[in-house]
Amino acid sequence: MSDAIPAGKTAFTAYAPTRWEMMTTNRNFLGFWFMLPAAAFLILFLVYPLGLGVWLSFTDTKIGTPGSFVGLENYEWIIGDSKFQTAVFNTLFYTFVASVIKFAVGLYLALLLNNNLPFKAFIRAIILIPFIVPTVLSAIAFWWIFDPQFSVISWSLRKFGWISGNIDFLGDPWNARFSVIFANVWRGVPFIAITLLAGLQTVSPSLYEAATLDGANKWQLFRFVTYPILTPIIAVVMTFSVLFTFTDFQLIKVLTNGGPAGSTELMATMSYNTAILGGRIGEGAAISTAMIPFLLAAIMISWFGLQKRKWQQGSDND
Amino acid sequence: MTTNRRGFLKGSAALGAGTMLAGSGLTDFARAWAQSTQWKPEAGAKLQILRWKRFIQSEEDGFMKLVAAFTKATGVAVNVINEGLDDVQPKASVAANTNQGPDIFWGLYSLPHLFPTKCLDVTDVADFLGKKYGGWVPTAVTYGQSKGKWIAIPVAYNANVINYRQSMIEAAGFKSIPGDTAGFLELMKALKAKGTPGGFALGRASGDGNAWVHWALWAFGGNLVDKNDKVTLNSPETVKALEYAKALSDQFIPGTASWNDSFNNKAFLSGELSLTNNGVSIYAAAKAGADKDEKLKVIRDDMNHSLWPVGPAGKPTEFHIAYPMVGMKYSKFPNAVKAFLAFTMEAENHNPWLESAVAYLTHSLNAYDANAVWKSDPKLAVAKDASRRTLTAGGLGSVGEKAASALADFLVMDMFASVCTGRATPAEAIAVAERQAKRIYR
Repeated sequence: MSDAIPAGKTAFTAYAPTRWEMMTTNRNFLGFWFMLPAAAFLILFLVYPLGLGVWLSFTDTKIGTPGSFVGLENYEWIIGDSKFQTAVFNTLFYTFVASVIKFAVGLYLALLLNNNLPFKAFIRAIILIPFIVPTVLSAIAFWWIFDPQFSVISWSLRKFGWISGNIDFLGDPWNARFSVIFANVWRGVPFIAITLLAGLQTVSPSLYEAATLDGANKWQLFRFVTYPILTPIIAVVMTFSVLFTFTDFQLIKVLTNGGPAGSTELMATMSYNTAILGGRIGEGAAISTAMIPFLLAAIMISWFGLQKRKWQQGSDND
Repeated sequence: MTTNRRGFLKGSAALGAGTMLAGSGLTDFARAWAQSTQWKPEAGAKLQILRWKRFIQSEEDGFMKLVAAFTKATGVAVNVINEGLDDVQPKASVAANTNQGPDIFWGLYSLPHLFPTKCLDVTDVADFLGKKYGGWVPTAVTYGQSKGKWIAIPVAYNANVINYRQSMIEAAGFKSIPGDTAGFLELMKALKAKGTPGGFALGRASGDGNAWVHWALWAFGGNLVDKNDKVTLNSPETVKALEYAKALSDQFIPGTASWNDSFNNKAFLSGELSLTNNGVSIYAAAKAGADKDEKLKVIRDDMNHSLWPVGPAGKPTEFHIAYPMVGMKYSKFPNAVKAFLAFTMEAENHNPWLESAVAYLTHSLNAYDANAVWKSDPKLAVAKDASRRTLTAGGLGSVGEKAASALADFLVMDMFASVCTGRATPAEAIAVAERQAKRIYR
């Protein structure tokens, strides 16, 4: 990079910039300085806690007592623990089922909203309400909806004469799993619907016109025009959705606290109960560190999904 | 029905009135006390106290009155923070770990034993109070002491008793709650046959759920650990306890598997539940709402409390909540902390406070047997002996961090819940819990 020659120095003498001048004018150094605040922020609030969490998972730290290094002991223990196995199963089941339903419903809603509806802006705003309500508040609302004695659903069905007793929403293991999934879907759909709607609006109408002229029907329009263009957005939005669902905490904590007998325990709630309430920080850290491979896998899948998209469009396969 | 255990207690105003009149007297006492006490707060001392959020409004009012009197007499400003019952422990744990935070925590069970080295040594306060007020009840010594030193002041207990509807158990052919486990099962069967079932929480209810499953475990002689903290859960006694609990839960109202601490309050106050276990706060809520709601009036007049039946173990095996108050070593004002702890337990303060709690709190110092609240209402009298009848967290074992860890993991709770909901045989459930227990108690 060309350095300006300071006034008072002649152009004939070989000029060696001072270190300070280099650090303030050299482009590479400048780039470093500009990145520093962001990097410091990431290191302080992301890398350090993550690294600390992973380190703690290799120790037997308890609240109030610094632990010592125990290697993989915590992991050996949790892998053999049937409660942890149930929690992993629950987390995967919860994430998979909730994400699939959220995607299907969200896409359907987005396609509906993309049509010309009366009061379009108003309806789009209303759709967002479940997303805006604080999670804990919606969890408490669902807590009443799923109440074993006072559930409005049980009450209505009883009034219609369709069932004789109350539905045990949160007491039966499978009912409980599907009940919490329902609550999660209700909360997560707006995010997906609105993001996909934004994607849909970037599709140029001329593509639809061309396809229509070629005689494409509605399904073909969606399959060969909308869907390919939407794929990158779907990949991004589903990655986020899967990450949020996988790490869900508040809904479960309020609705069931992992009960009955651990049948809705997620890895996140189990980690909290073990580390913060049970005081066994090392073991709790191992449980939360065990979430990382799953999260990485989810990110990888969408990452390669994005690359494939580029390849399909014929651009560089980088 | 929105009333729950956090409901306001207007009905207690009559009881509280006596307390209010004593207001000026309390301040006078406080001034005199501040002059003579051996713990002189540091100059410029300020205290921060984190306590569990009250379940009975008048109890909190009583506590705040005491705090105000303390501030007036000593000049020490006191800031009281309220947190949900389940949130006190994590906050205290973090504070202990980072050596900063509130000066005093008021939490439950074995909280101070999670970090005994971080607790202020309050042996002098405990000895002073014990001598002056007829001695501590034995479980208070267990909860308060670690290695011969007092690390907390066990301020009070919360009785967890059987709440029942007199008319319903009479309709089922019983006059009172049977004193033995076999008779109690018969009562539950009869209640269900009459279409008015009872029920105990099988969800992860840290208060009510833990209270009843530990009662069942201990009533049949089962124990998580022996007195040397060796895991002894896998025993014929534990199997018997689980079989009994299963038989009992077959008679429950549907839905108890998802109950947390407040579900039974709601169901009882709506009249759908004939019998459950709880503090005396359902009765308090019924009294509070009786003027406006005919249904609550019926429940108030009909309901009563009972102690727990005794099982084959041959002695009471109840599990009442303990509420210890712990001063932190990192506090800059240890004398002010000690002064406050002593002040709350002095008769002039403690008596009106106990009265304002209308039996929600049970005393830990023998002299308070004479408190007026125990004679005020025969339905509340059973709570008086809670601190003497209760066993401690950890059962026969130590009350330390291991017992707290087992409680936080719902180890016993989940073992019972998985058997009662038919998801595991007693042997399977014991195997899962035993493996976990061995790790915690290694």
